[in-house]
Amino acid sequence: MFGFFKRGGKTAAPIAPTEAPGEDKPSLLARLRAGLAKTRTQIGGQLSGIFRRARIDEDLLEELESSLLMADVGVEATEWLMQSLRERIRRDRLERPESLRTALIELLTELLQPMERPLDLADRKPFIIMVAGVNGSGKTTSIGKLACHLRAHGLSVLLAAGDTFRAAAREQLKVWGERNGIDVVAQEGGDAAAVVFDAVQAAKARGIDVLIADTAGRLPTQLHLMEEIAKIKRVIAKAEPGGPHEVLLVLDANIGQNTLAQLQAFDAALGVTGLIVTKLDGTAKGGVIAAIARSRRGQPPALRFIGVGEALDDLQPFSARAFAEALFESQPEPT
Amino acid sequence: MLDNLTQRLTRVVKTLRGQARLTEANIDEALRDVRLALLEADVSLPVVKDFLQRVREQALGQQVIGSLTPGQALIGVVHDELVRLMGGEAAGLNLAVQPPAVILLAGLQGAGKTTTAGKLGKLLRETEKKKVLAVSCDVYRPAAIEQLRQVAAQAGIEFLPTDPNDKPVDIVRHATDYARRHYIDVLIVDTAGRLAVDVDMMDEIRALHGALHPAETLFVVDAMLGQDAVNTARAFAEALPLTGVILTKLDGDARGGAALSVRQVTGAPLKFAGIGEKLGGLEAFHPRRMASRILGMGDIVGLVEEARRTVDEGQAKALAQKIKSGKGFDLNDFLEQIAQVRKMGGLSALLDKLPAGLAQAAQQAQGQVDDRTTRRIQGIIHAMTPAERARPEIIKASRKRRIALGSGVSVQEVNRLLNQFEQTQKLMKQMSRGGAQKMLRGLRGMLPGMR
Ligand SMILES: Nc1nc2c(ncn2[C@@H]2O[C@H](COP(=O)(O)OP(=O)(O)OP(=O)(O)O)[C@@H](O)[C@H]2O)c(=O)[nH]1
Ligand SMILES: Nc1nc2c(ncn2[C@@H]2O[C@H](COP(=O)(O)OP(=O)(O)OP(=O)(O)O)[C@@H](O)[C@H]2O)c(=O)[nH]1
Ligand SMILES: [Mg+2]
Ligand SMILES: [Mg+2]
Repeated sequence: MFGFFKRGGKTAAPIAPTEAPGEDKPSLLARLRAGLAKTRTQIGGQLSGIFRRARIDEDLLEELESSLLMADVGVEATEWLMQSLRERIRRDRLERPESLRTALIELLTELLQPMERPLDLADRKPFIIMVAGVNGSGKTTSIGKLACHLRAHGLSVLLAAGDTFRAAAREQLKVWGERNGIDVVAQEGGDAAAVVFDAVQAAKARGIDVLIADTAGRLPTQLHLMEEIAKIKRVIAKAEPGGPHEVLLVLDANIGQNTLAQLQAFDAALGVTGLIVTKLDGTAKGGVIAAIARSRRGQPPALRFIGVGEALDDLQPFSARAFAEALFESQPEPT
Repeated sequence: MLDNLTQRLTRVVKTLRGQARLTEANIDEALRDVRLALLEADVSLPVVKDFLQRVREQALGQQVIGSLTPGQALIGVVHDELVRLMGGEAAGLNLAVQPPAVILLAGLQGAGKTTTAGKLGKLLRETEKKKVLAVSCDVYRPAAIEQLRQVAAQAGIEFLPTDPNDKPVDIVRHATDYARRHYIDVLIVDTAGRLAVDVDMMDEIRALHGALHPAETLFVVDAMLGQDAVNTARAFAEALPLTGVILTKLDGDARGGAALSVRQVTGAPLKFAGIGEKLGGLEAFHPRRMASRILGMGDIVGLVEEARRTVDEGQAKALAQKIKSGKGFDLNDFLEQIAQVRKMGGLSALLDKLPAGLAQAAQQAQGQVDDRTTRRIQGIIHAMTPAERARPEIIKASRKRRIALGSGVSVQEVNRLLNQFEQTQKLMKQMSRGGAQKMLRGLRGMLPGMR
C-alpha cells in the first residue's frame, strides 16, 4: 500500500515459507518440507520410505494419500482409491506396510486395466489415424515415433501435415518423415482439411497401410478451432467412408487436472478412440490417467502408447501394471 | 446490495452463535473446502499445505464483517493472501544494462518458449522501439530453428540463423558478438525444451547462462502444469538465477494453480501471461485475476468484496456529497479518507499490496494500528496546522521543514504526501459529478499500490 514511502526500499520477499505447525502431524509436514528442500521430490522414493514404517496407521495412510495427490491422481480418484484401500486392509486383514504397496498397485492396476487396449489396425486399408491435442502436448513428435513403430511392424506409412497454422509445423513433420524414410503430404499454406483430404486420396492411390494426420494444437476454449477440427474429421470421412479409424488424443503427462477437460472437449468434438500420454520420462507421474479411468469407469478410452523421450524409439505400448508400479517406484537417479 | 435490517440481523445471529470472529472451528471447516479447491486447481500439495497454514494464522481472530458468513470471510482472507503471494513488486522487464540486453528463455518441452520469444520481441519492438535480435540454441528439436525464424519474421524482429550442428554455447557466443557489432538493443535467446532431470541439458543451460550474463532469465511455464510443477520449477531455479516467470496458455480453461506453485518455489516474479498463439497474445500478469481463477470461487470473492465495500459506504457518500456541494477537497478530507481506507479493509480488497483486508479491518476495530506507512501519513497531516490542512497550497519550504520535524520524517516524505494529495484533489475535481462508488474507484487508481 502507499507505495510512495517504500520507493527505493525493497519490500520483503513475500514467499518465505512459514514454520510447520508444531501440534498436528509434524512428521508429515516435516517430511514434506524436507521434500521441498530436495532437488526433486520423489513420489516413489517417498513411498518406499512409507512402506518401511513399522505398522499401518492413520499417518501412513495420510502420507499415501498425499503421494497419490502429488502424482496428479486428483481428489476424486484419490479418495476412491484410499477408500478401496481401507476396505482391502479390513478384508484381507493387512498389517504390514509393505502389503499396502502390493494392495495399492493391485487396485491401480485393476482401475487402469480397461485402458490397456492396444491399437488394432484390423484389415482396413488405408487405416486412417487422426491426431489431436492441446498446444505442445507432443502430437507431431508422437506421430514420428508412431510411424517408426508401425514401420517396424512392416507397414507402409504416409503422413499428412494437417497443422497449417503453427510456424514450421510442416517442416517439423517433414523431418520426422525423413527420419522414417516416408512421405509427408503437405501444402504451402492452405487449409488443414484440404491437406488431409489430399493425403487420404494419396494413401488410397498408393496403397498405403496407415495414414497419420497431424493437426494444429488447440485449446478447447478456442471454439472455432474445435469446430475446425471436427470439420477435418468430416472431410476424412467423406474421402474414405468409415474413416478416421482412430482418433488419437495426445496428452502431456506434466499437465494436471485440466487433462480431464481436454479429454471431454476433444471427445465431444471428435469421438476420441485412443490416447497417447507423453513426456513420462520426466518427473511427472501422469497419475491423471487414474482420474480418467475413474471418471470414465465402464468405458474408459484406450491408452495406446506412452511417450518416454524425444527419439524415434521412445514410444511404448501402455501396460496398466507397469504404469501402476512406476507410480510407486523411485525414478532412476540422474547419471 | 443487502439492506440494513438483514445485515443487522445476520450480525446478531452471528454474535449469538459466537461466530463474529474467525475461530479454530469455523476456519477449519472452510479451509477443507479451500484445500480441495486448490488441489483441483493443481496447486502442488506441499504448497497447498504451506499456504493453508499461513492463511490459518492470519485468519484466526479476525472479525467477520457485514453480512458474511465465517466461511465467506475466510475466502476473503484466502483470496487476499493469494493475491499477495502472486503479486509483489511491479514486475516488468529490467533491461537497463549495457546493450545488448540478453533475455534467456528456459523451460520444459512444449511450454511455449519459441512463441514467447516472438511475443517478447514484438512487444519490445513496438512499445519500446527496441532493436531486437532472436537466436535459437535449439539444435535438437526438428525444425526448431526454422520455427524461430518464422516467428521472428512475424514479429518484425531480426533473426540470426544458426546451424543444428553448432554447439549451443558457441551459438550464444557468436550471437552476443554479432549483437554487439550490430548495435542490437535486446538479444532474445530461445533454448530447447528440457526436463529438469536431464542432467546434461541442465548443465547446458547453466553454461548458456554463464556465457550470456542475461539481463533477464525467464522461466516459461505452461499454466496447465500439474503437481510436478514444484519439482520442475525448483530444478530450474536451482540451475539458473531466474529473474521472472512467464505463464503460457492462460487462454485455456485450466485453473492454473501451477502459478502459485512456481511462484512459491522459485520466488521469481510472475511477469507475463501468454493468452494465445498469436504474437499479440502476451499481457502483463494480473495477480488478482489469477487468484480468483485458482480459487474458482469468483462469486464468493465478489460477495466478500461487496460486503467490505458497503461497510463505510455511508461515510463515502457523505464525502462525495461534500465534493459535489462544491467545497474544496482539503487535507482534512484526505486524512479522513486514509482513515476510512484503513477502516474499510474494503479498499484493501482493491489494494494489491495490503496483506489481508480483514486483518486490517479487525485490527482497526480493536484499535490496534500496526501499519507503519499509514501512521506516518497521518502523522504528517497531524503535524500541520488547521490552516495548512485546509489550504495546503500555503505549505512552502519553511512550513515543510517544520512539519517534517514535527512528524519525524524527511522533507521529501512531506513532499511526496503533498504531491499525492494534489493528484487526488485533481481527481476529485474531475469527478464532481460522480457518485461514491465512482469516486472510490478513482481513488484506488490514485493511491500508489492500489489497483
Ligand atoms: N521428454 C519428452 N519430450 C517430448 C515427448 N514427446 C514430445 N516431446 C517434446 O515436446 C515438445 C512438443 O512436441 P511436439 O511434438 O512439437 O508437440 P505438438 O503437440 O505437435 O505441438 P504443437 O503442434 O505446437 O501443438 C517437443 O520439444 C518434443 O520434443 C516425450 O515423450 N518426452
Ligand atoms: N493457446 C496458446 N498456445 C500457446 C501459447 N504459447 C504457446 N502456445 C502454443 O504452444 C505450442 C508450443 O509452443 P512453442 O513456442 O513451440 O513451445 P516451446 O517451449 O518452444 O517448445 P519446444 O521448443 O518444443 O520445447 C505451440 O503450438 C504454440 O503455438 C499461449 O499462450 N496460448
Ligand atoms: Mg505439432
Ligand atoms: Mg521451441
